[in-house]
Amino acid sequence: MAVRKPPITTREYWAPGHAACAGCGCAAALRLATKAFSEAMEEKYGDPNAFAIAQATGCMEVVSAVFPYTAWKAPWIHVAFENAAAVASGVEAAWKKVGRKGKILAIGGDGGTADIGMQALSGMLERWHNVVYLMYDNEAYMNTGIQRSSSTPYGAWTTTSPPGKLSIGEDKPKKWVALIAAAHQIPYVATASVANPYDFIKKMKKAAKVDGPAFVQVQCTCVPGWRAPPEKSIEITRLAIETGVWPLFEIENGDFHNIKIQAPGGGAKVKREGGRIVAIEFKKPIEEYLKLQGRFKHLFKQPEAIDIMREQIKAMWKVLGVDVILPKPEE
Amino acid sequence: MPIRKVMKANEAAAWAAKLAKPKVIAAFPITPSTLVPEKISEFVADGELDAEFIKVESEHSAISACVGASAAGVRTFTATASQGLALMHEILFIAAGMRLPIVIAVGNRALSAPINIWNDWQDTISERDTGWLQFYAENNQEALDLILIAFKVAEDERVLLPAMVGFDAFILTHTVEPVEIPDQELVDEFLGEYMPKHAYLDPAKPITQGALGFPAHYMEARYGVWEANENAKKVIDEVFAEFEKKFGRKYQKIEEYRTEDADIIFVTMGSLAGTLKEYVDMLREKGVKVGAAKITVYRPFPTEEVRELAKKTKVLALLEKNVTFSVGGALFQDFSRALVNESEKPKIVDFILGLGGRDVTFKDLDEALAIAQKALTGEEFEEVNWIGLRKEIL
Ligand SMILES: Cc1ncc(C[n+]2csc(CCOP(=O)(O)OP(=O)(O)O)c2C)c(N)n1
Ligand code: SF4
Repeated sequence: MAVRKPPITTREYWAPGHAACAGCGCAAALRLATKAFSEAMEEKYGDPNAFAIAQATGCMEVVSAVFPYTAWKAPWIHVAFENAAAVASGVEAAWKKVGRKGKILAIGGDGGTADIGMQALSGMLERWHNVVYLMYDNEAYMNTGIQRSSSTPYGAWTTTSPPGKLSIGEDKPKKWVALIAAAHQIPYVATASVANPYDFIKKMKKAAKVDGPAFVQVQCTCVPGWRAPPEKSIEITRLAIETGVWPLFEIENGDFHNIKIQAPGGGAKVKREGGRIVAIEFKKPIEEYLKLQGRFKHLFKQPEAIDIMREQIKAMWKVLGVDVILPKPEE
Repeated sequence: MPIRKVMKANEAAAWAAKLAKPKVIAAFPITPSTLVPEKISEFVADGELDAEFIKVESEHSAISACVGASAAGVRTFTATASQGLALMHEILFIAAGMRLPIVIAVGNRALSAPINIWNDWQDTISERDTGWLQFYAENNQEALDLILIAFKVAEDERVLLPAMVGFDAFILTHTVEPVEIPDQELVDEFLGEYMPKHAYLDPAKPITQGALGFPAHYMEARYGVWEANENAKKVIDEVFAEFEKKFGRKYQKIEEYRTEDADIIFVTMGSLAGTLKEYVDMLREKGVKVGAAKITVYRPFPTEEVRELAKKTKVLALLEKNVTFSVGGALFQDFSRALVNESEKPKIVDFILGLGGRDVTFKDLDEALAIAQKALTGEEFEEVNWIGLRKEIL
C-alpha cells in the first residue's frame, strides 16, 4: 500500500516540551512557520537547516527557552523586546560576510512589532536585509499579562483597556502592520491565520524564498488573553476569516494596486473583476466571532459598539480595495 | 613598516577598526564620533576593509545588530557617544551577559539636559555597571592602540566581555596629532582571527542563545560576568606586555608620573592626564611635591594598583569629569572602596570639573591644589569640590 506523503515535513524545530498553554494558537503558528521555512531552505539551498531565528521577548520566547532547556532545534537567539529585526540584521550581515547560505527568520509578537519594535522593523526592511519577519499577532501583550497593544482590536477587553462605566474597552482601531510593512515596497508581505495552515505554510515558504526582506503577520489566539476555551482556538481564528474580521492577502513589491485578496469562505459571496476580488458579501456576522471570546463579552450589552466595529472593518477592507457587506445577526 | 600620519582620534579609531578587520560594523552618527563611521564607510567603499557596514536607523539597533553578528560568530565594531551610548544602555547589559566581545569606540561627551556636545565622561561612566570593560585614551595614539588592545582582551577566552574605549570629545576626536599606524601583519599576528567557541548561530550545531534565566541560574550568570572582569585584570597585563613587545608602546592600568616622594598625587583619566602632567612639571620646578596618575583601565577597576599608589602619598586628589549624585565622582566611590580596609591610607579629596566641555585650566588646578594642601596639613577640607563653577550665574 502506498504511504501518503505528509503535507509538511515531519522535521521539528519547535519541539514538544515548550511551556505554552494548551490551545495556544501562537505555538501552533511557530511550529508550522519553522517547518515551512525548513522546506523552503531545502528547496532553495538544498539544506533544510539553513536558517537561524532571532526572536523578540514575549510569550513565545519565555515559554520556549527557559535555561537550561530549550524548545528550539534551530539556532536561535533572543536579545530584547524591541530589537528582533535589528538582531536579525546583524546575524544576516555576519552570514553574508562569512558566506553562509541561508535565511534569517525574525519573530516578534504584536507588541514587539507594532509598538516598541516598529522602528527596528522599519530599519531592517528599508535596508533590505534578507530576513523574513514573522509577526505572531495575538493582539495584546500576553507575556506581561494581557495589556493592550496598538494591534489590539477595537472593543477588546485587556487589563489596560478594561471596559467600565466610561469605557468600551480598547477604543482605537487596530493598527495594520502588514500595510506599514508593504509601504517599504519590499518583495513580499502577507497576512495569514493558524486556522488556514496550508495557506500559512505556502506564504511562509514564499516569504522565505524571495531575495530580500519579507513580512508575514499571522493571527493566532491566546487562550487566557482572549478568554476563550483552548479547544476553540482554531474555530475562533477561522471565524475571524469568515466574518471579515481578519483579511487574508498578499502584497508584492509594495504594489497596493494589486493586493491579492483571498476568498474568505464561510459562504461569503465574492465578486471579481478581471480575476481580482472587488467585493465580498459576508454571510456570517462578526458576532459569531466575538461571542466565542470573553474579551468581547461586554460588547453584547452595547450593540452600537459592534456596529462601530463593523464600520472600522469596512474601512479597513476599503484600504485593501474591497467593498464588503457585513451582515447583522438575525433577530 | 608602520607609517605615521597626522590625524584626529576619530580617524585613529577608524584605523584601529580597519586594522582589526571586523566582519560586521553597525553604526549611527552622533557628534563627536560621527567621523568614525564616515571614515569606516570610506574604507569599505574603497575595498580597504572587507566588512559588512550596516547603516542602522539608531544606536539601539547598532548595538543590537552587533549582538546578532557577534552571536553569529564574527568580530564586530561600532562607535558612538553620549545619548547614543545611553540609547544602547539596555543592550549593553545583554551583550555582556551573553559574553559577546563587541568593541565600541566612544567619543566621550556630556549627557542632556541641557543638550551639550562637548567633553566629559558621564556617558561611559554611567555604563560602568553593565559588565563592559572600559579603557580611556589620553591621546590619539592611545585611542588607536587601546581599541586593538580592547579587541584582544575582550576576545580572550578567560574574559569574553565587550569593551569600550573612550576618548575625549573634541579635545581628541577633532584634534590632529601624529599617530603611528602599526603594520597590518603585526596586528594580524597580535589579534588573530576571532573564532568563538561559545557563541555562534550555526545550523549544523544549533544552540539557543539568550534564554530566560530563572532565580536558580541568573545569579551564576552575573557572577560569570564578575569573574570575567576579575580575570580581565591579569589578561590586560599580559596583553599590554605583548603589545609593548610588538609595537613598542607601553601601557599600564594606572600610569604614574613623578609620583616618587609625592605628598599629593592627582589622579585623572583621558586627555586631562596630559594637562595634568604639565601642571605637575611646573609645580615640581617650584619644589612642590606632587605627582600624577592616569587611569587607563577603569573597568575592571585596578584595585590593587590603587592600593599601591595610595602607599606612595599622603593625599590622593581625584580630578573627575563626571558626577555621582550625593557621592561626588565615580572615582571617589571606587577609590574609597579600594582603600576602605587599608590600615594606613591617604586622605582622598574629590574634584568635579570640566563638565560639558568647560576648559580645565592651570588656575582650576591651583584651586584644587589649595584644597588638597589643606588635607595635607590637617586643616578642614571639603571632600567633594566643584571646580570652575560660575557662581555668578548660579
Ligand atoms: C524595554 C522593555 N519594555 C517592556 C518589557 C516587558 N515586556 C516583555 S514582553 C512584553 C509584551 C510582549 O507582548 P507581545 O510582543 O505582543 O508578545 P506576546 O507576549 O503577546 O507573545 C513586555 C511589555 C521588556 N521586556 N522590555
Ligand atoms: S499565554 Fe497566550 S500566547 Fe502565551 S502560551 Fe498561553 S495561550 Fe499562548
